[in-house]
Amino acid sequence: MQWETVIGLEIHVQLATKSKIFSGSSTQFGSEPNTQASLVDLAMPGTLPVPNEEAFRKAIMFGLAIDADINKRSVFDRKNYFYPDSPKGYQTTQLDHPIVGPGNIEIQLANGTKKIIRVHHAHLEEDAGKSLHDDYHGMSGIDLNRAGTPLIEIVSEPDMCNSEEAVAFAKKIHSIVSSVGIGDGEMSQGSMRFDVNISIRPKGEEKLGTRTETKNLNSFRFMEKAIKLEVERQIDVLEDGGSITQETRLYDGEKDISRSMRSKEEANDYRYFPCPDLLPVIIDDVYIDSIREDMPELPDARAARFIEQYALSDYDAEFLAGDTETAAFFEVSTKISGDAKLSANWVAGELSARLNSDDISIKQCPINAELLGKLVLRIKDGTVSSSGAKKVFEVLWAQKSNDVDAIIDQQGLKQVSDTGALEAIVDEVLAGMADQITQYQEADEKKRKKLMGGFMGPLMKASKGQGNPKLFNQILAKKLNS
Amino acid sequence: MFNKTVKELSIGLSQGEFSSVELTQHYLDRIKAKDGEINSFITVTDELALEEAKAADQIRAEGKATDWTGIPFAHKDIFCTKGVLTTCGSKMLENFISPYDATVVSNMKTSGAVCLGKTNMDEFAMGSSNETSYFGKVINPWSDKEQLVPGGSSGGSAAAVAARLTPIATATDTGGSIRQPASLCGLTGLKPTYGRVSRYGMIAFASSLDQAGPMARTAEDAAMMLNVMAGHDAKDSTSIVKDVPDYTASLNNSIDGLRIGLPKEFFNEHLSPELQNILQDSIKQLESQGATFKEISLPHSHLSVPAYYVIAPAECSANLSRFDGVRYGHRCEDPKDLMDMYQRSRTEGFGDEVKRRILIGAYALSAGYYDAYYNKAQQVRRLIKNDFVSAFEDIDVILSPTSPSPAFGFDSKGDDPVQMYLEDIFTISTNLAGLPGMSLPAGLINGLPIGMQLIGNYFEESKLLNVAHRFQTATDWHTLAPKNI
Repeated sequence: MQWETVIGLEIHVQLATKSKIFSGSSTQFGSEPNTQASLVDLAMPGTLPVPNEEAFRKAIMFGLAIDADINKRSVFDRKNYFYPDSPKGYQTTQLDHPIVGPGNIEIQLANGTKKIIRVHHAHLEEDAGKSLHDDYHGMSGIDLNRAGTPLIEIVSEPDMCNSEEAVAFAKKIHSIVSSVGIGDGEMSQGSMRFDVNISIRPKGEEKLGTRTETKNLNSFRFMEKAIKLEVERQIDVLEDGGSITQETRLYDGEKDISRSMRSKEEANDYRYFPCPDLLPVIIDDVYIDSIREDMPELPDARAARFIEQYALSDYDAEFLAGDTETAAFFEVSTKISGDAKLSANWVAGELSARLNSDDISIKQCPINAELLGKLVLRIKDGTVSSSGAKKVFEVLWAQKSNDVDAIIDQQGLKQVSDTGALEAIVDEVLAGMADQITQYQEADEKKRKKLMGGFMGPLMKASKGQGNPKLFNQILAKKLNS
Repeated sequence: MFNKTVKELSIGLSQGEFSSVELTQHYLDRIKAKDGEINSFITVTDELALEEAKAADQIRAEGKATDWTGIPFAHKDIFCTKGVLTTCGSKMLENFISPYDATVVSNMKTSGAVCLGKTNMDEFAMGSSNETSYFGKVINPWSDKEQLVPGGSSGGSAAAVAARLTPIATATDTGGSIRQPASLCGLTGLKPTYGRVSRYGMIAFASSLDQAGPMARTAEDAAMMLNVMAGHDAKDSTSIVKDVPDYTASLNNSIDGLRIGLPKEFFNEHLSPELQNILQDSIKQLESQGATFKEISLPHSHLSVPAYYVIAPAECSANLSRFDGVRYGHRCEDPKDLMDMYQRSRTEGFGDEVKRRILIGAYALSAGYYDAYYNKAQQVRRLIKNDFVSAFEDIDVILSPTSPSPAFGFDSKGDDPVQMYLEDIFTISTNLAGLPGMSLPAGLINGLPIGMQLIGNYFEESKLLNVAHRFQTATDWHTLAPKNI
């Protein structure tokens, strides 16, 4: 049978506020356990929450970024459950009146097609602490530094039908979050976490199948693998005549296996009710407009501008505009090089490949945008060839020098662009290639183009790689065609 | 000395009749001598009190004294006090030393008042008789042959003030917990408008209803203490940004022409003839000062007890979840796993009434029951509030009974908790509406004090205190003291 997959995502994004959502404690990552846990975070008897306005601003910014309705009245609710890393015995969240209402996000797939994924809503809530199970001799430790870190939970409609779409959606959210500056986007620190709801149904069937929820995925790669695994599992179950149990599942990314955490029957009754310690939050248009005025450029708008301003391809524009840091890197290097296309190629090509293979973000890039711009400028003005530039790039990457011109000199990579000298080399090389010349001259136009390459190798060799290929080409064509 | 009011003590201190150390020692001696019978204190902080008294005398010597400098008082044990045991009347917090001060506590400290200790209370403020305290029941100092309840949940504060073990005390009121014990102990107690006094550091029972206020002997003393307690607090999001008037400034205002409403639903055939007579006498007294009376209707008031006993337990079921044995409070011995630790710590740490309310609350919030109980109760709450809002269009103050009867014997309400819940039938609607209410002594029934209740419009505490003070200027019910003190 042909199966169709239906996927909905719930994405938790930590908001990059200085202090927690209901207390003044710092949200900084990686501090000694419980050094950022105040009386409120410890849920001492009698303590009360005070909402952090900055968390609201950032949530509203996200809403504006996806063109969503901003709810003028939002209400915090208590979600009751017992767990040691939940100090109050309930999580403060928003159930029926979230700050951000319905919105839309456009994703682009590898084949170039675009698709709208609807966002059901996004609500504000507090993060839990962490339970530490190692190193306590059979006991568990509790670290409440993370407890109370502001989150928005973005809930999509079940509009995605495979892992590629789900990952594209998640990446788009990541791009918006980091572009707008509401989160740091550091996935390795858990600042973005995904819950995936998956069901399958026979192709053409309208009724949705029973869904499972795979919780707490913290990378795009694990999400992709978890979805594939779960879809296969559900198909196997149904094709073996079984039925899917509505349940919460946990995915182990290292082993690529998943297991049931709890079924619907075992699910908690969270007994939500409005938090009486917090008044409903009422905002007006003036407030929303003031936030709108402070909004940075969004990835989609930036991509459109890149196409317009720099004549980039859709693909390059989308790639470079997707993330604020990358976009800024591109624009700075273009300003220096004066060649947008060439800068785009280098940022999206060589540079991105190296960042990926070294697994670092552009913020940690050892080469700054000015340096790359300078390198691209030297390609553009013919000082160095593309292949020579790659050697310079290696030196820059290794941070052995940050003087592009000096590296070109020291490595002998300076191109010869003196036409007189180049003509002499061409004459000398052609003198020993009579057969090839004859072959070329007898060939048709189409074949000539190919044969031309056969002369370039010896020319570059004769010039010790320093001859300007563009000029060699021009001289060669002139000589061969005369 | 112990029969003096705060106002009188304040004058005495300023005129050098006695020092704060002498005054404090006097009350500490009384507590030592008398509280064995009454059990109104859970903790007496003698050393701290004497230190504070010494510091107060020093401040006075430097000429920087205010009305409150060196005045002894007590805190209900629901307020967190830094470095001092804070139990909330529960085994759960039997050993809990608070690491911080509640806002009310720091306000009182700033005023220069001297804290004598922490008063007994119904466990987590749940009760109307002070029988649910883990630290033993409090005896009403008015008890004669039979031991009587002081009312609750602020029964410790009420008994301590009535027995003159402290001139005044802080208290809290969620459904009547200041006013009902005030009525039963012959005191003047005020529950302010919701949001008037910060709840920060006051251990929560039902967050949308809890409010702190003074337990005093006179309206004047209550006004003086409210001056210190009230005010906006950035640490409590439900506290209101509104200037605090000087509540003592308007105490003597004329009440000529003041319009007082009498809710017909409260003056019904169930009211005892004795209480009817006491209230009628009070009405006549106020009439003689020019107040006018008219009958009003609060048509939904009969729904206030059932609505309250859904909303308050629902909120408490979540508020008390933090008492899980993980970070502080009672933890059972040798838990075999997490669930065992939760279950046994909470089973052992909470008393029956607390457990009952957690269960009722959790049930009312459960999937499938939420709309029928919690939602319905919230709708009723809005109707009750609207009743008051309409009533206050034509009147300034409401007068009613506070409690159906004077102090009763222990265990006299039988096994049916609802009989106890009906103790608060006249007080609960005020909490549901968030209005200020007070109780002041209005007479005696069989030699036992009983109060009348005044309910005001939002933030009109001054008006209540004004009426109460005018009444107390003309009567002496508030000056009566129990015989054996």
